[in-house]
Amino acid sequence: MTDATVPPAAARAPLSPGAARRRILMRRLWRHRSFRLGAVILLVIVLMALAAPLLSNGEPTKMNLRARFAPPSADFIFGADNFGRDIFTRVLYGARISLWIGFASAMLAAAGGALVGLASAWYRRLDGVIMRIMDALLAFPAILLAIGINAALGPQVSSVIIALAAAYVPRMARIVRAAALVVRELDYVDAARVSGASAGRIIFRHILPNCLAPLIVSLTFVFAYAILAEAALSFLGIGPPPPQPSWGNIIAEGRDYSVEAWWIMLFPGLAISLAALGTNLLGDGLRDVLDPRLKIEA
Amino acid sequence: MLQVENLSVDFRVDSGWIRSVDEVSFALDAQSTLGIVGESGSGKSVTALSILRLHARRNTRMTGRIVFDGEDLLAMPERRLHEMRGRDIAMIFQDPMHSLNPVLTIGDQIGETLRIHQGLNRAAAEKAAAGLLDMVRIPDAKRRVTDFPHQLSGGMRQRVMIAMAIACRPRLLIADEPTTALDVTVQAQILDLLRDLREEIGMAVILISHDLGLVAEFAERVLVMYAGELVEDAPARNIFEAPAHPYSEGLLKAIPSADVDMHRLYAIPGRIPDPGDRPPGCNFAPRCALAQPACSATPPALDTLAPGHRIRCPVRLAAREPAA
Amino acid sequence: MPRLIAFRIAQAIPVMFVVAVLTFLLMHMLPGDPATLIAGDMADQDAIAQVRRDLGLDRPVLAQLWLWITNLAQGDFGKSLMLNQPVAEAVWERLPVTLSLALVAFVITIPVGIVLGVVAAVWRDTWVDSAVMFLALIGVSVPNFWIAILSVILFSVTLGWLPSSGYVPMGTDFWRWLASLIQPATVLALFQIGYLARMTRSAMLDVLDQDYIRTARAKGVSPRKTILKHAFRNTLMQVVTVSGYILSLLIGGSVVIEQIFAMPGIGRLLVQAIMARDYPVVQGTMLMLGFAFVFINIVIDLIYAYVDPRVRYD
Ligand SMILES: Nc1ncnc2c1ncn2[C@@H]1O[C@H](COP(=O)(O)OP(=O)(O)OP(=O)(O)O)[C@@H](O)[C@H]1O
Ligand code: SF4
Ligand SMILES: [Mg+2]
Repeated sequence: MTDATVPPAAARAPLSPGAARRRILMRRLWRHRSFRLGAVILLVIVLMALAAPLLSNGEPTKMNLRARFAPPSADFIFGADNFGRDIFTRVLYGARISLWIGFASAMLAAAGGALVGLASAWYRRLDGVIMRIMDALLAFPAILLAIGINAALGPQVSSVIIALAAAYVPRMARIVRAAALVVRELDYVDAARVSGASAGRIIFRHILPNCLAPLIVSLTFVFAYAILAEAALSFLGIGPPPPQPSWGNIIAEGRDYSVEAWWIMLFPGLAISLAALGTNLLGDGLRDVLDPRLKIEA
Repeated sequence: MLQVENLSVDFRVDSGWIRSVDEVSFALDAQSTLGIVGESGSGKSVTALSILRLHARRNTRMTGRIVFDGEDLLAMPERRLHEMRGRDIAMIFQDPMHSLNPVLTIGDQIGETLRIHQGLNRAAAEKAAAGLLDMVRIPDAKRRVTDFPHQLSGGMRQRVMIAMAIACRPRLLIADEPTTALDVTVQAQILDLLRDLREEIGMAVILISHDLGLVAEFAERVLVMYAGELVEDAPARNIFEAPAHPYSEGLLKAIPSADVDMHRLYAIPGRIPDPGDRPPGCNFAPRCALAQPACSATPPALDTLAPGHRIRCPVRLAAREPAA
Repeated sequence: MPRLIAFRIAQAIPVMFVVAVLTFLLMHMLPGDPATLIAGDMADQDAIAQVRRDLGLDRPVLAQLWLWITNLAQGDFGKSLMLNQPVAEAVWERLPVTLSLALVAFVITIPVGIVLGVVAAVWRDTWVDSAVMFLALIGVSVPNFWIAILSVILFSVTLGWLPSSGYVPMGTDFWRWLASLIQPATVLALFQIGYLARMTRSAMLDVLDQDYIRTARAKGVSPRKTILKHAFRNTLMQVVTVSGYILSLLIGGSVVIEQIFAMPGIGRLLVQAIMARDYPVVQGTMLMLGFAFVFINIVIDLIYAYVDPRVRYD
């Protein structure tokens, strides 16, 4: 099964720990327009999420029956929902959960993908079995895999994270494996092997750093997908459970009132879109600078 | 037939514009042969591509004039240029493996030139393509027209490229390192083929190579390029027997020949400067055995050493002048 | 070609086997006792034991796996608890809905995504490129169920142009079938259109950079023909390789879209089953979808082999 979305990552200049090289990369990134825009958008969203208690009324679950369905106004800038809860507050606090789910599942997927990919590239005898399993998982669209896993684990934040991470591990594993297979054949890896370095040392000191560029790029895109997927899971009722707000479950709860009280679902949707947009912009920049040969997002 | 006057080519890169070809001028008569030599990165291909204006317009700036039959190619409208490409001036490239479209049959690709410029229909073009394949000595040509490029060897693909280029019997053929990617025996065959076709069609040929020996053997006149500049322009025999510019001398010494032990093979020390940071004064000064302080002060001009022989080296010019 | 088909099918068998084992394991990593869950919290011990026996849960895991695989081999995907119906039958009944939705979305995605990508590549670095790529970026950034709700408010509630929910079988009335699908399919396609446009653009730019494009220009082929004949075909080749992935994504995405438009498809079945804790249906649906994806991949590979002369002739 060829997964065409993951082009073989060709040999690339090692991401050496040299500070000078890092500074050059940073400068090139910062000059990249979409990277800059994406970074700013994400930064603003993250800061707002962190500062939620200061910016809002601080009580995302507090009901106020007199304010039921209050439209956007000076008091409720994003309006209020069917329980009179302030949507602005809920969106800010929802950001915490949604961003955390996106971040944690992307990191977990990257770590898992790196382990599986490296094992597959290094222990050639395992490769066949591992890649068959990855192929089987890759046959499923990630959202469906996440639905299936989440159905088994139950609706909690932790299971959403595990489900999304598991859903994206195969893609990451493929990317890392492809990069690692190239690096593996390079002279200095041979040299390290000949000089008696342990497998673990070679893998983590020499091979992994060279897989970082494609890994970071796809990690970014997975973060964006995970935010969207969390929202979809919540919408289906198998995401983080209410009353704690996540962007997805605010929309799910506001759906029944979408005609009369459109503001309930409008603002969290905008928040999701903006977060995903910022991440995708960031990812485009990272890809162009770190790994131009990686054509499409993971 | 062709006059290139003060051709300069700049490319846009991250940090601004870099000059890749600098004020190059030369002329070429109908039915004559011209060689261009120089190390990798000296600007040979960029010069050649400029003649057909094949650079991406987005990030290239060309100045000067390239006059072909009295018309300035650089000032010509696109549409007129499309008419001339492939009909009056044709080009073959360095890498035959990637220069053919992998999803089209070679008959289609050769015939396309004829369909465009001579209005042949598909069937007639296909038939003519078979004839052209014959002409470039591909055996069993009729059957080969339906092949795809991946079914051919590198040498065969270069023959296909040649067939495509000569389809309209152009008056000028530009061959940019046509044999570099091929192995030695095939190289000789391709050069023989080019030589014969030139006679047969009566076209002028510009042959580009980094091998001075090969070029001197093929061409009547040779241009030596270094770091985007012309450093010597002379009849092939002069270059081969008595190169005047120190760089040409180095290139000549570097020619591998059968009777020289490979270990003693000469290489010019140092390497060609990047377009972005060329030395002040003479570009070649850092690598030149004859360099003098004055060389790094002012950029030397291309001066006449003898009738039909120009070099860009005041030191050599001064040394030879009394004798001349 | 027949050899290639045989080879691809042979290759797919271990993958399908792994899919079967994975779906089995998925339902066995449930926290707690599935029999208790299925029988309900109120059930007494006897009822739970009965359920356990019915599902074979009283046997060792490997024996259960063996049973699962052998049943599958006979076309038995399990039995639904809530519907009192074989899973295969339940899925089969709903297949036309999901397939219609995904295929209509696919038919929208492919041309629109390709055209946008090609246009952006051809007018690279101009405002056209920026505008198209910005739209594509929006496409891959906006949650489609959210757009679906907004779209219903606009086109169904406010303007009344399109039905807001339901599905009309094609056999009943072709035009009403299409009308019932056009809104959900378009919304479903948005993400993939953005994805495909981005991917097509970069593939096209890559192709435009190739030596054979320079060859075409050097022989006097017009810019239009260079793009349409020489560059486009090679770009399409790369698009074919992702089209299977796109179709799979559309089927996956239809799970969410079916909820919004109340379409009785497989996705709806899956979500209902999850809510009702009808685990055999969850398991069986996932498995059948997995098989479908493997099948789609085979078909795409064969199409690719057919259109690419480099593979066709080897
Ligand atoms: N499109 C381009 N953009 C930027 N720089 C370019 C471009 N094309 C060529 N150059 C630069 O111009 C210089 C001359 O390149 P050119 O290809 O003409 O060399 P060459 O003499 O043909 O060498 P070779 O023997 O390797 O073919 C090189 O430094 C090259 O990096
Ligand atoms: S000008 Fe000076 S440095 Fe340049 S080639 Fe002549 S002698 Fe050498
Ligand atoms: Mg060249």
